[in-house]
Amino acid sequence: MTQKLRFRDPDLAKRAASMIRRLAKGNTKMVKICHVCGTHEWTITHYGLRSFLPNNVEVIAGPGCPVCIVPASEIDEAVQLALNGAVVICFGDLLRVPGSKMSLLDAKAEGADVRVVYGVSDAVKMAWKEREKDFVFFAVGFETTSPSTAVEILNKPSRNISFLISHRMIPPAMKLLVEMKDLRLDGFIAPGHVSTIIGLKPYEIFPNQYHMPVVVAGFEPLDVLISIYMILKQLNKHEPSLENEYTRAVHDEGNPKARKIMEEAFETVDGRWRGLGNISSSKFNLKQEYEAYDAHMKHGVKVEGGVDSKQGCRCHLVVIGRIKPTECPLFMKDCTPQKPVGACMVSSEGTCKIWAKQPE
Amino acid sequence: MCLAIPAKVVSVEKNTARVDFGEGVLREINVTLVDAKVGDYVLVHAGYAIQVLDEKEAQETIQLWNQILEVETRNGNDG
Repeated sequence: MTQKLRFRDPDLAKRAASMIRRLAKGNTKMVKICHVCGTHEWTITHYGLRSFLPNNVEVIAGPGCPVCIVPASEIDEAVQLALNGAVVICFGDLLRVPGSKMSLLDAKAEGADVRVVYGVSDAVKMAWKEREKDFVFFAVGFETTSPSTAVEILNKPSRNISFLISHRMIPPAMKLLVEMKDLRLDGFIAPGHVSTIIGLKPYEIFPNQYHMPVVVAGFEPLDVLISIYMILKQLNKHEPSLENEYTRAVHDEGNPKARKIMEEAFETVDGRWRGLGNISSSKFNLKQEYEAYDAHMKHGVKVEGGVDSKQGCRCHLVVIGRIKPTECPLFMKDCTPQKPVGACMVSSEGTCKIWAKQPE
Repeated sequence: MCLAIPAKVVSVEKNTARVDFGEGVLREINVTLVDAKVGDYVLVHAGYAIQVLDEKEAQETIQLWNQILEVETRNGNDG
């Protein structure tokens, strides 16, 4: 379908860029647009979209990498479980994310059984197959990923698997960014795939309470350019609103079936985000009736505190878009994709890793 | 990690579907979260279909872009 359509039409892209320049012309103030999705950062960097933008329009990357914002304490819990003999299963991106002392890859090097899967159902299948072993699935991800974990738990997997739930929600983090007065954001490009699940409603507070334009955007280069154009248009008219550019995938109501399944399995609690601190009502925990599948309850593991940032690392500033990766003194010197220091250099959706692979 | 890839549904059995990611790359995915039929395009994330793509909306998006850009080009000075 998409191949026949012209989602990457260079002519349309040039015209969109020209429209953006025209809308921004005469704007004396810098317009700062924030996206909160690693895949948006990939599109922007890979296709060099920032080079299309005039000097007075800046697009910054917010906390859109679900792996990068997992606090060290939660990595420490997974490491502890792995070193104590559980088989810890995770997404590949998580393997090298630093904990306070070790990553899961370090634990693997010490002999722990740490495995990588494409999705949670692969982990559940492994547990059914190897009944003599104790499995823990490290469930990381935003609202795009959390429904799949919820489905597997509601389906009552074998009792030798439990879940370390680290799922977090994007809108509370966006609210935190808006309230950071010194960031002075002018608009949000909202994450398309998170929005396929949550729909438009959770974003209403941004135009209504904070006078902040929000455009839900897809991931083709033209989706991103058009959404920037839509935000500038709203700003020029002084009419901040919530618009959906990604109508081919995002319905206003999102995916009610997925949300119902999530509500059955999870409750919402406050959660700590690496680089951002505590954000109220931003994390999912398993409901009490599923505590047999809760790794915290089953294994009595709980790490408080933890060391989120190594000396010199500025991931905490990169993750909120306050600095660019190139402004960190460690970037591509002491911190490289081969030997990452901070979480943003580990994940393929981390801003530093994306910039390292595709320098602007 | 929130990457999701479109695929065409080839067959459905209960909550499992076989989908084609293009050029014959077939995979089994879970379709619990959506109501997908054979021939639909679904967005697949970590082995789960998270939404059915709307082909009509996709075509209309392109038309809309063309319209916006044409109108703006006509009105603009440097278009």
